[in-house]
Amino acid sequence: MKKIFYSLCICCCVISATAQSSRYIAAMEENVAPLDSVSSMDSLQILSNNFQRIAEAEKSAWLPYYYAGYCQALIAYMEMDMNKVDGYADQAAIFAAKADSLSPNNSEVLCLKSMVASARIKVDPMTRGMQYGMQSGQDLQKAETLDPANPRVYLLEGEGKFYTPAAYGGGKAAAKPLLQEAVDKYGSFKPKSDIDPRWGEAQATQLLAQCSQ
Amino acid sequence: MKKNFTTMILMAAAGVVSGQIRISGKVTDAEHHPLSGVNLAIRDSYDGTTSGTDGTYSFTTTEKGPQVLEASEAGYSTDTFPVNINSMPLSYNPVLVRSYGQLNLVTISAGSFEASDEHRGTVLKPLDIVTTAGANADVISALKTLPGAQQIGESSGLFVRGGTGEETPTFIDGMTVNDPYFSSVPDIAQRGRFSPFLFKGTVFSSGGYSAQYGQGLSGAVILESEDLPKQSSSTLAVSSVGLGLGTDQLSKSKTFSYGGDLNYTNLGPYYGLITQRQAFTTKPVFWNGDVNFRVMTSKTGMLKFYGYGNYSKLGFLQPSLNNPGQQDMFTLDNENVYTNLTYTDLLNEHWKIYLGASYSDNADKIGLGEQSGTGDTLLSLNHVNNRDGLAQGKIMMTRYVGRFSALRFGTEYHDAFNSFGYDQYDTNYVDHYLAAFAETDLYFTTKFMARIGVRTEYSSLLNKWNIAPRISLAYKVADKDQFSVAYGDFYERPDTLFWLNGYDKLGFVRATHYIASFQRVSHDYTFRVEAFYKKYSGLVTTVPDTTNGGSGYAKGIELFWRDRKTFKNIDYWISYSYLDTKRKWVNYPFAAQPNFAATNTLDIVFKKYFPAITSNLGLTYSFASGRPYYDPNLPAADFLSERTIPYNSLGISYDYLANIHGAFTVFVLSISNALNSSQVYGYNYSNDKTRRQAIVPPANRFFFVGMFMSFGVNRTQEVIDNN
Repeated sequence: MKKIFYSLCICCCVISATAQSSRYIAAMEENVAPLDSVSSMDSLQILSNNFQRIAEAEKSAWLPYYYAGYCQALIAYMEMDMNKVDGYADQAAIFAAKADSLSPNNSEVLCLKSMVASARIKVDPMTRGMQYGMQSGQDLQKAETLDPANPRVYLLEGEGKFYTPAAYGGGKAAAKPLLQEAVDKYGSFKPKSDIDPRWGEAQATQLLAQCSQ
Repeated sequence: MKKNFTTMILMAAAGVVSGQIRISGKVTDAEHHPLSGVNLAIRDSYDGTTSGTDGTYSFTTTEKGPQVLEASEAGYSTDTFPVNINSMPLSYNPVLVRSYGQLNLVTISAGSFEASDEHRGTVLKPLDIVTTAGANADVISALKTLPGAQQIGESSGLFVRGGTGEETPTFIDGMTVNDPYFSSVPDIAQRGRFSPFLFKGTVFSSGGYSAQYGQGLSGAVILESEDLPKQSSSTLAVSSVGLGLGTDQLSKSKTFSYGGDLNYTNLGPYYGLITQRQAFTTKPVFWNGDVNFRVMTSKTGMLKFYGYGNYSKLGFLQPSLNNPGQQDMFTLDNENVYTNLTYTDLLNEHWKIYLGASYSDNADKIGLGEQSGTGDTLLSLNHVNNRDGLAQGKIMMTRYVGRFSALRFGTEYHDAFNSFGYDQYDTNYVDHYLAAFAETDLYFTTKFMARIGVRTEYSSLLNKWNIAPRISLAYKVADKDQFSVAYGDFYERPDTLFWLNGYDKLGFVRATHYIASFQRVSHDYTFRVEAFYKKYSGLVTTVPDTTNGGSGYAKGIELFWRDRKTFKNIDYWISYSYLDTKRKWVNYPFAAQPNFAATNTLDIVFKKYFPAITSNLGLTYSFASGRPYYDPNLPAADFLSERTIPYNSLGISYDYLANIHGAFTVFVLSISNALNSSQVYGYNYSNDKTRRQAIVPPANRFFFVGMFMSFGVNRTQEVIDNN
């Protein structure tokens, strides 16, 4: 009797444990899926908070911190009130740093850091362009070395050049080859799981089309 | 047993499928405004939600027992609330407090315009100063477009609120700069010696400045030099007046940097093309060079050195006023050295130390002569040799108190040497100047602060000391709006030229400032209005003998409006100053409006960026009402009653940005006084009062063409190699 009871309890525990990690995967899938189509800052904030809760509960997983940072970086890009941009970029940087400490030398995390630096530029392009533009470029160089097959590296490099004035070494002509490489690499890229980062293909294709106009 | 077993299974099952408990509430900030987008969570659990636009939220959880509820949002401190979850729904209404970086603390703004990248709520960025049309990248010329500064074209310096150029000294990294402008040339204002690119922060004070600084009756130009560069770079400048080379090298470890500049300016070719009023016998040539190094001695420590040297010469003839038919000759050879060494560090989380030392030496060899009308016979030549040297040391300790307040105190010592030689006669003066100051920034709340300070100074030459209290208050009525008031005493030694007349009867000159100001600063707009009253006592009178027998006042109101948003790609600002001032000093028979004060001054600075052709167009329009001048033919009662014509000037600059083989390049074209307006600063009368000469600029317009290239060393390859 006791034996059956104990084995039932162990079964319950084991079920609970696997339920936990499949709970993680389910929660992540639920929140990663809308990332491709989300467009409002409010929705991004909700997703960011969801990822933050998962990250802080799990403590040792880099992916939820990465996505929380990614959402905050997107909000920083979309925010038009210049007084608020740094607040979001700071929060994104905190999440990126956590992801970095949990998964060092990770190409995706470095891409995220590059996005955070670029997001700050628009607050004062004349003064910040040089400092954050350089920092962003350095993070992407590191990301490329760590994983040359990561299409997001080329997307972000190309996007950076696209929005930089030609006088400073940017412009459509400079962006085109990078965006072409990004589109090619998206075609052959296989994410490690369906919750690992895979965003950006539509963005790359659209920007590449604009380069030819 | 069976019963217990069933109960246990049921309890185990209950643990997996227990009921959901609802947690809800409303999130607000310290001012009771609802906060949306806040993350509500149970620590270590996935359960939670995000607050809506009205601040309310609601979620259910399966967690049980003692838990901690957390509410967090970017820019605020996280709020926590321990609860015990059983079977009842819970209510949690967190109030979030802003975290430090987002606080937008109130700061003293009365009498102060700051240009800085680092501090929030500043009116200008350093780049704004560099790109002001008509200023030719001279810090002082650019500051003249701000309220409080007069448009004085014939003398060097900043003439602030009815004060002379000597009343507004310049400081670099906390230390007095004796010769911030190139040496004076009669009736031609000289530009500042130092490139604006050296500085990360500029504060223009039109009054009420901190107790850390002294010896300025009217205001101060407070410059802060750059820290380590972001990357190594080299620059090349080629222009219609000269050449320049420079470099700034950042170490691989990014902990130290060194650099230097070398500039050669020769106005000869330019004067050959554009005739000046004066006939230049020695076309102006300037050689100057500077070196710097900056070392991060620790995570919080910085040691900076800057050294500058200049050699220049010029000479010209102009028709003599006193001896018609003859020519007055003026020649000048100048040698100048300026050095500045500073060290700052945090001793621990509460204490910061600042040490500064500076040495400067300036030698002017001036020739004043008379030449015959045909220009080949020298009739007389007198030599004037002026030398001034300054060695100074300063130490300041800062004690941080609480979250925002600070206490600063320090002392400085100056060894000032002045020598005047006229032909075979010469006199020397040495002044040992000692000052001590203490000042506290008291933050009663993040919206209300007071700066209370006192400064005491001693001059061995005058054998006098003074004590100057200074107090400023600032109150933030709303997120972008603040009021600020300032009161203080400001002392200054009489100008060195007066010492020649006998300094034993002289003491410090004193000005008392009362300033009230209101400003609204947002990212795109700035509005400022300021009213001031300045009372002078102890101004130097030279008749019947040299004493501090004069007095005066200056009062007025100033407006400033800046708009960076309304018109696409256009940034403009408007400054208006109204000044009512009278003083009795030097040989004035009674108090009168001095010849360096115009009643109304208006400046409009306009910049437009053309993204398609990566160009900037800048226009600066300045207007000032007529300045008083002295006509000796009028009776004494009409002293300084005459006025010159109003001053008008439109400066235009156009710059084009390009990328040449990876080098960031700027082409600049600028014209001062593009509309060829007549400008008269005053009149010089001959000794016999029968003739007069208008004091006008050397040429109606100044044309400038230049190209600047910056070559950055790309360190990304090194970064990859190091990794």
